[in-house]
Amino acid sequence: MGAAAIETENLTKLYPHGFLNLKKRISLEGLNMQVETGEIFGFIGPNGAGKSTTIKLLMRLIFPTAGSARILGKPISDIEMHRDVGYLPEQPYFYDYLTATELLDYFARIHDMTAAGRKERVQQMLKKVGLETAGKIQLRKYSKGMLQRVGMAQAILHDPQLVILDEPMSGLDPVGRREVRDMILDLKREGKTVMFSTHILSDAEMLCDRVGVIVGGKLRGVGAPAQLVDMKAQGMEILFELTGQSTVPLLAKATRTGDRYRLQVPEPDLYGAIEQLRAAGATILSVSQVRATLEEFFMDLVEADRAQAAAVEVSGK
Amino acid sequence: MKRVGVVALNTFREAVRDRVLYNLLFFALVMMAASIIAGQISIGIEQTVIATLGLSAISLLGLLIAIFIGVGLVSKEMDKRTLYALLAKPVRRWEFLLGKFGGLILTLAVNTAAMGVGLFLALVYVKPTLERGDATVFVAVYFIWLKLALVVALALLFSCFTTPLLAILFTAGIYIVGLYAQELRNMPMQVMSPGMTALTKWLSYLLPNFENFNIMALAAHSRPVPGAFILQNTLYAAVYCTIVLTGAVLVFSRRNLK
Repeated sequence: MGAAAIETENLTKLYPHGFLNLKKRISLEGLNMQVETGEIFGFIGPNGAGKSTTIKLLMRLIFPTAGSARILGKPISDIEMHRDVGYLPEQPYFYDYLTATELLDYFARIHDMTAAGRKERVQQMLKKVGLETAGKIQLRKYSKGMLQRVGMAQAILHDPQLVILDEPMSGLDPVGRREVRDMILDLKREGKTVMFSTHILSDAEMLCDRVGVIVGGKLRGVGAPAQLVDMKAQGMEILFELTGQSTVPLLAKATRTGDRYRLQVPEPDLYGAIEQLRAAGATILSVSQVRATLEEFFMDLVEADRAQAAAVEVSGK
Repeated sequence: MKRVGVVALNTFREAVRDRVLYNLLFFALVMMAASIIAGQISIGIEQTVIATLGLSAISLLGLLIAIFIGVGLVSKEMDKRTLYALLAKPVRRWEFLLGKFGGLILTLAVNTAAMGVGLFLALVYVKPTLERGDATVFVAVYFIWLKLALVVALALLFSCFTTPLLAILFTAGIYIVGLYAQELRNMPMQVMSPGMTALTKWLSYLLPNFENFNIMALAAHSRPVPGAFILQNTLYAAVYCTIVLTGAVLVFSRRNLK
C-alpha cells in the first residue's frame, strides 16, 4: 500500500441549534483517519453516527468547524482534487427531466471530456451498470434501484482514482446489492481506492480490507474486520450429545437442539467443563473457538455509547 | 467558464422541458384578442392600445418566471439534492451559480424575444404602414429583459440565504419599491427629519431603479430612443447584476448543504 488516499486531521463538525443557535450539536468530533491507496475501506456506524457528515465534509458540501483533510495529497479546498474523485450521494436524486444518457453526458461535459470520448464513455458506463436499454428513458420514470445504478455510473464516469460511496447498498434488493458489491470489487481490481459508508455490517465484512467504526460522532476503531473482532474477548464452544436425564449444572447454560447441546465457556474453563460433561455421560462432538462477529463488536460500541449518553444526561440533571 | 456554459444550457433545457415557454401560447392568444378588439373599439389609437397591452403582458409574464423560477434555481437543487453529485465534481460554486443565472436569462431572452416578435406582428396587423420609430418596441422588449435579469439576480441572492417563500416576498418587495426609486429620490425632503432624509436618499440610490427600464410610452407613440440611454441602461443592469451576483456567490460559497 502506498500513500494515503484520504487523510483527516482533527476533522470536526458542530451544528448550531436552539434559541439563537447558541447551542452546538456535535456531528463529528476530532476525526483522525487514513484511507490507504488501493484499499476498500468501509465506514460503518448506526444512523446519525457521522458517516454522511464525514463524506460531505470531504466533498466540500459542508464545511468543517475545525480540522482539515487531504484527498490524494491535495487539500479538500483544492477544486482540482475532484477530477480524481467519484462520489455517490446517499439516496441519489438527479435531474428527472433528463434521460440517463443526457445526465451522464452533462457530467462528462463538466469533466471536460471531448465529444467523441463522452459518447463512448457514456455508453460504456450504461452497459456497466446494466442500463444500456434504459438510457433514453427520463429519470423520473426510474425506480430507486435504477437511480442507484445511474449514481454508480456517474461516480465512475471519469475513471477516478478514488471512489467515495455513501450507503451504496441502501434500498437495493439482494440482486442489486450483489451487483454493487461486484462493482466495488472490480474497482479494487482496477487499482482504485474505494471508501463506502454502510450500516449493513455483512457487506463491510465481506468487502473491506479495513473498516472504521464511528459511533456518536467519534471514531471508535479502525482495522481489518478480523482484527477488530479479535479485540473482543474470545470464548470456546463445545458441541456435545447427551441422551437421558442429567443433573450437570452446566446444562442450564447450554442451548439444546434435539439430543445435541451447544455450550459456550471462557477459554480457561474449557477443560473443567469437558471433564464435567464426560462424567455426566456426554459425547463431545467438537470444540471450536468462538469468533465474535463485526456486528457484536459494533453493537458493544453502540451500547457503550448509549450508556455513556444516558450517564451524562443523569449527571446533567 | 466553460462549465458555466454547461450548467446554463442544462438550466435552459430544464425550463424548456418543464414547459416554461408554454406561456408564449397564452401571450399569443392575448395579442390576437387585443388586435381584433382594438381594431373594433379604438379608432386611431390601436397602436397605443396594443403596444401598451403587449409590453405589459411581456413584463408581467417575464416577472412571474424571473421570480418563481429564479428563486427555485438554487433552492430546488438543494431541496432535491441534485446539487450534491454536481458540486462533488470539479465545479466551483460560483460557476454553478453563474450557470444557473445564465440559463434563466437565456430562457427569458428567448421568451421575451418571441413575444416581442409577436407584438410587432400584431402592430403590423393594425398599422400596415410602418415607420422607423416602430422599432422602439424592440428596445422596450430589450429593456424588459434587462429588468428581468436584475430580478433573477435578486431572486438568486435571496434564495441563497433564506426560504423560497421569503425569497419570493423579498424579491417581489424590492421590485415594487424599485419601481418607485425615482419618486423616493425626488421626495420633498423638508417634511422629514435629517436622519430620514439621509436614509431615504441612500435607499433611493441603493435600490434598483426599475422605472428606468420602462419606455412603454415611447414605444406606444413610436418615438425613437437615444443610443446613449440604451447604453446607460445596459451598463446599469450589468453593474447592478454583477454586484448582486457577487453577494450571492459570497453567501453561497460558505453555505452548508443539508
